[in-house]
Amino acid sequence: MKVLIPSPLRSYTNAKEVEANGATLTELLADLDRQYPGLRFRVIDEQDRMRGHMRFFVNGEQAFDMMCSLRPTDAVQIVQALSGG
Amino acid sequence: MARATRKSVTRKPATTARVKRPAHRRPTRRVLVLVATRKGAWLLHADAARKTWRVDGPYFLGHIINHMVLDPRDGRTLLAAAKTGHLGPTIFRSTDLGRTWKEATRPPAFAKAPEGEKGRAVDHTFWLTPCHANEPNAWYAGTSPQGLFRSNDGGVTWDPFSVINDDPQFRAWMGSVQDGTPDGPKMHSIIVDPRDPAHLYFGMSGGGIHETRDRGRTWTSLVQGMEVVEGFDAANMAVHDPHCVRLCPSNPDRLYQQNHCGIYRIDRPSNEWTRIGKNMPKQVGDVGFPMVVHPRDADTAWVLPMDGQTVWPRTSPEGKPSVYVTRNGGKRWQRLDAGFPKSQAWWTVKRQAMTSDAQNPVGLYFGTTGGELWMSRDEGKRWTCIARNLPEIYAVEAAEVH
Repeated sequence: MKVLIPSPLRSYTNAKEVEANGATLTELLADLDRQYPGLRFRVIDEQDRMRGHMRFFVNGEQAFDMMCSLRPTDAVQIVQALSGG
Repeated sequence: MARATRKSVTRKPATTARVKRPAHRRPTRRVLVLVATRKGAWLLHADAARKTWRVDGPYFLGHIINHMVLDPRDGRTLLAAAKTGHLGPTIFRSTDLGRTWKEATRPPAFAKAPEGEKGRAVDHTFWLTPCHANEPNAWYAGTSPQGLFRSNDGGVTWDPFSVINDDPQFRAWMGSVQDGTPDGPKMHSIIVDPRDPAHLYFGMSGGGIHETRDRGRTWTSLVQGMEVVEGFDAANMAVHDPHCVRLCPSNPDRLYQQNHCGIYRIDRPSNEWTRIGKNMPKQVGDVGFPMVVHPRDADTAWVLPMDGQTVWPRTSPEGKPSVYVTRNGGKRWQRLDAGFPKSQAWWTVKRQAMTSDAQNPVGLYFGTTGGELWMSRDEGKRWTCIARNLPEIYAVEAAEVH
């Protein structure tokens, strides 16, 4: 499925949009980390929680559960929450 | 992998003050000052006389760099503790003095909590300490919230060190996020005894000072004589707030400490700290964050006082910045402010943001939260601003390179 990558993570992917697989967000992040080592820990902490200023959207709807189901046709967006200054 | 962009600019000191250089042998190694800020890192390369500085950076522009340290054992490996406003914490590593960087493959992280329990997550790595000279490639890291980690491969992979991260007693002393400093409770001042790699100290804000003599298998608290905020019980380890602890390289049995409640010295094997800050002028007080010790004279140490009254402004007392030096182990203190603004300068200098080099005479360096970097090449007699308009400075380290 397509995954949109926010600018803070493009030093890992070198692309705004990448392809990755997984039946859940957890699996998807594992696949992204296989392709782009180190990416997962920057957005998911060691207790498998989403980091405070990262958001995940599936087909435009915010996902709060890392175990939420995904289909190959879904579009996933990783977004940096407003946290400037 | 994050990219580090950088530019080089050679700068004369920002002030026009002329500094007479005391006669001494021209050093063969040049000073490199590492500046970690809330928005990236910079390296300042000195000429042989420490008069002209070449500014190199920014590295990791926009990243929050809490600490950047050069490995004194090889003189070329740099570690930088980084995070951003959005991204989680990591460690970047360079083995060519900053030309190229690689990210740690396993940054410091707490153990996964058992099912049903709420585990802790590292918010940022706050402190980096190279291990003993006889343990090449080994490093310690202290985090926020408080955790102690070790790498045995030059900072590529990190693991929790000793039992303290999950020890119920230590966890109680560490308190919650609300018990620490404004941007999180800190594990800091990780000190390795130069005579014995199994002998370590660390400090926690809050949570006291602790010591091991068996490489972290068992720990002993070292807070006797330390005062706490009025109204609290000094028997409660959680309320002890050491800001910065330093061991004297020329006498490893002597340590100095800048605490939330005063300046202290301890001479081992004594287990009791003496509040040498009581000898500071009353109108200045003995509150501050950094503590700097002389590389060759254990009777000499420097502090940078800050206003600790009422709502704890933590700015230069009366807006008149000063450094104070003791030359006799804290019996007397001398004000050093030549070159500083004489009024309306409300500086804050964080605990990692003041340091010395090892040259003769000793060079002193500190960075303010307002982004100014100051140095003295004569042990504090005269001060010069060598960079300004940097982001908020979190840490300053001085190293020597060929």
